[in-house]
Amino acid sequence: MATASITNPYQGPLKGDNEFAKITDNVARIMEAPKPPRAWYIGMGFALLLLSIFGASLGYVAWEGIGVWGHVHPVAWGFPIVNFVFWVGIGHAGTLISAILFLLRQNWRTAINRFAEAMTIFAVICAATFPGVHIGRPWLPYWMFPIPNQMQMWPQFRSPLEWDVFAVGTYATVSILFWFMGMIPDFATFRDRSTSTVRRMAYGILALGWRGSSRQWHRYERAYLLLAALATPLVLSVHSVVSFDFATSQLPGWHTTIFPPYFVAGAIFGGFAMVLVLAIPAREFFGLKRIITMKHLELMAKVILGTGMLVGYAYAMEMFIAWYSGAMFEQFAFVNRAFGNYAWSYWTMIFCNVMAPQVFWFKKMRTNIWVIFFISILVNVGMWFERFVIICTSLTRDFLPANWGDFIPTGVDYATLGGSFGLFFTLFLLFCRYLPMVAMAEMKAFIPEGHAHDDDHH
Amino acid sequence: MTMITTESERDKDMTDHDSQAKAPLHGILAEYDTPTAVVKASKKVRDAGYTRWDTYTPFPIHGIEKAMGIKMTRLPWIVICAALLGLTTATVLQWWTNAVDYRWIVSGKPFWSWPANVPIMFELTVLFSAFATLGGMLFLNNLPLLAHPLDLKERFRRVSDDRFFLLIRARDAQFDEEETRKLLLETAPVVLDDVQEDRTTSAQIPRPLIYVAVLAVGLSIVPFALFAKARASTMEEGRRHLVWDMDFTPSYKAQSFNPLFEDGRSMRKPPSGTVAQGHLNADDHLHLGKLPGGGWATALPREIESSAQTMELGQVKFETYCTPCHGYAGEGNGMVHQRATALKQGWVPPTNLLEERLYYQPAGELFNTITHGIRNMPGYASQLDAEERWAVILYLRALQESRKTPASKLTAEERGQLK
Repeated sequence: MATASITNPYQGPLKGDNEFAKITDNVARIMEAPKPPRAWYIGMGFALLLLSIFGASLGYVAWEGIGVWGHVHPVAWGFPIVNFVFWVGIGHAGTLISAILFLLRQNWRTAINRFAEAMTIFAVICAATFPGVHIGRPWLPYWMFPIPNQMQMWPQFRSPLEWDVFAVGTYATVSILFWFMGMIPDFATFRDRSTSTVRRMAYGILALGWRGSSRQWHRYERAYLLLAALATPLVLSVHSVVSFDFATSQLPGWHTTIFPPYFVAGAIFGGFAMVLVLAIPAREFFGLKRIITMKHLELMAKVILGTGMLVGYAYAMEMFIAWYSGAMFEQFAFVNRAFGNYAWSYWTMIFCNVMAPQVFWFKKMRTNIWVIFFISILVNVGMWFERFVIICTSLTRDFLPANWGDFIPTGVDYATLGGSFGLFFTLFLLFCRYLPMVAMAEMKAFIPEGHAHDDDHH
Repeated sequence: MTMITTESERDKDMTDHDSQAKAPLHGILAEYDTPTAVVKASKKVRDAGYTRWDTYTPFPIHGIEKAMGIKMTRLPWIVICAALLGLTTATVLQWWTNAVDYRWIVSGKPFWSWPANVPIMFELTVLFSAFATLGGMLFLNNLPLLAHPLDLKERFRRVSDDRFFLLIRARDAQFDEEETRKLLLETAPVVLDDVQEDRTTSAQIPRPLIYVAVLAVGLSIVPFALFAKARASTMEEGRRHLVWDMDFTPSYKAQSFNPLFEDGRSMRKPPSGTVAQGHLNADDHLHLGKLPGGGWATALPREIESSAQTMELGQVKFETYCTPCHGYAGEGNGMVHQRATALKQGWVPPTNLLEERLYYQPAGELFNTITHGIRNMPGYASQLDAEERWAVILYLRALQESRKTPASKLTAEERGQLK
């Protein structure tokens, strides 16, 4: 017993004589404990190792040029764009949970929204590094922005790649604003509980002098609603615009109108899986089981089941349309996906994204923490392969056989992919330790004790 | 159960500055432990007609706006203005840069077509609105606010945890120490306390904050100063190359030696059977002048129209490429022939194109001669495409015909044009 308490300082009873205080204590003690649990140190060590691999491989690519990646003639988009689309997709769940579920009055989201939002921002940061390096001269990305410059040139706004710059840029910015605004009252809680000057000052600056005035809460809630309403179409637009990169091209396998909704469904699917991959260990190690309950995990498993079937429908519809179109190249592209040079990646995708989540039909499975965790990892693997199938398989076999070629990733490709997880986990672990991991104020408003009973209603 | 704080307790809350002890009253603060209690108290204070008062709660309480009589915020109006500004900015930006200032043809797209500009219009509308939402909320809420008299109350820290407070300001027109206190006591608070104006923390921004701010401002000037210097001066040592590999990409030229391939050539042979775009030339009549049976074609191919337009094209090409040797009439007496004859260096005279033999030669054979050349004459396939070669033949036929036509067959008008 003694060793358990040393390993994890978050297993003891909660302080406070009412539900509000217990919620505060449950969340704030993560930041207040002198030392995080041992699992945090192990995770951080692993994450920093991966992060240094990421830094080294990106530095190498910037220095040597992108020839060190496995790009060959027909496959000029390779891993960096696969990884970009994968990470942007992951970054959808956070704002979906914060905005769309908020508008739909799904109050269960308060347990997971803060950290899904954080995950979103970190995933978008990971995503943004890839196009930045893939341009080959990472010191010139400012060419993509409409800045008056010595070349007297402007960006070309009729290109989907330029739309992408604005879509991902706006999404990242609005997500950060939304995330920050949600944290203001919780920063105030941290400030008020802090005992050291440095902490009180740091959280005090972040809290912007929030003191919980009801007149301020009124404007705050209105602002939150407005941001949710703005972020909702934004979430749906980001991956739609990312899919335009492909859909507006001529390549068989890319040139399809189903892409925008199909990409968005896939993004939500993959994003929720990543939320689960992070939430399950986080609630375990930081003692948040009272807040992130089995009910929340089960609901998310249901979302995965539902969006997984949407994704499966999209795969089937792509095949159907290829056949129905009567277009030779279109038909070849899809037959080639399933039975051609990269058939193994296609079937990995089908297994992970369509077949594996079907176990969530059974309540026993979607309430078993190990099953949820394992399936969520499979879904993430499957979603990575989905992007690989779309990008690499389509590019290796286009119209002219003279243009065909095979894509073989190099060690640097794998290092950048693996390394990006280091960046993601490092940011996430820092967030867990230093920022309010659960939206305390929102949570308190939704528990039964948080309602004012208006017995003298007239 | 209500507890009214005593003098000694109050002193504990405050710092030991003398000025603070004598500070004027800021307001009276009541503390509650449930949302219901604070909502009920709010109704009472609202009904009593107070205007300068507020409640402080750890979370937004549903229904407290009505209980306090809070009016709907102006925030949505600020946001819609920002949304329209974002939309306008995106429209003008895209139109000015792509349709006016830097017109650049790409993929045959029009310079200005609004559907292609919708994504960025949408993004900037949302971006501007989001900034306005957060910025407007903070502005209307008078945030950030560095210090507040309530900060001096130790108990008030629980406002962000589990306690609910109601403060009536001394500035309120209706405020009366006795009356107000009595009113608040009726709402059964857990604690009732006086709040003094803050006389200890006024205008004291912490030193480290000032240092950080000064440093940040100083550093942010540096890049702009460098830009300004670069614009105002010339550089003598030339461009600096940090990453040589990327500035000077090593690449093989088409005709250079390349050790990577067995045959040592950089240029790769296309796969056997490959035909370049536009070079299939499968029509024997059009491209070789031959009939399916193998003989020379006598007529123009179907693709070539026998028209005045083709005739004109033929004349232009004939006069450009054929006249130097064959002469304007095709008699074989062009400038090159005259000069070569004058130099007496041995010269095979060019053929007189009007002679009987060529008059009866099939058009396909003439086409073959123009394509591949004959004796001293080089082939003209690289200068004249198939259509142009056929046009030249059409013009040549006209020249030949002109010598076979007796003047009696001409109309009076045409006869008048003869020189």
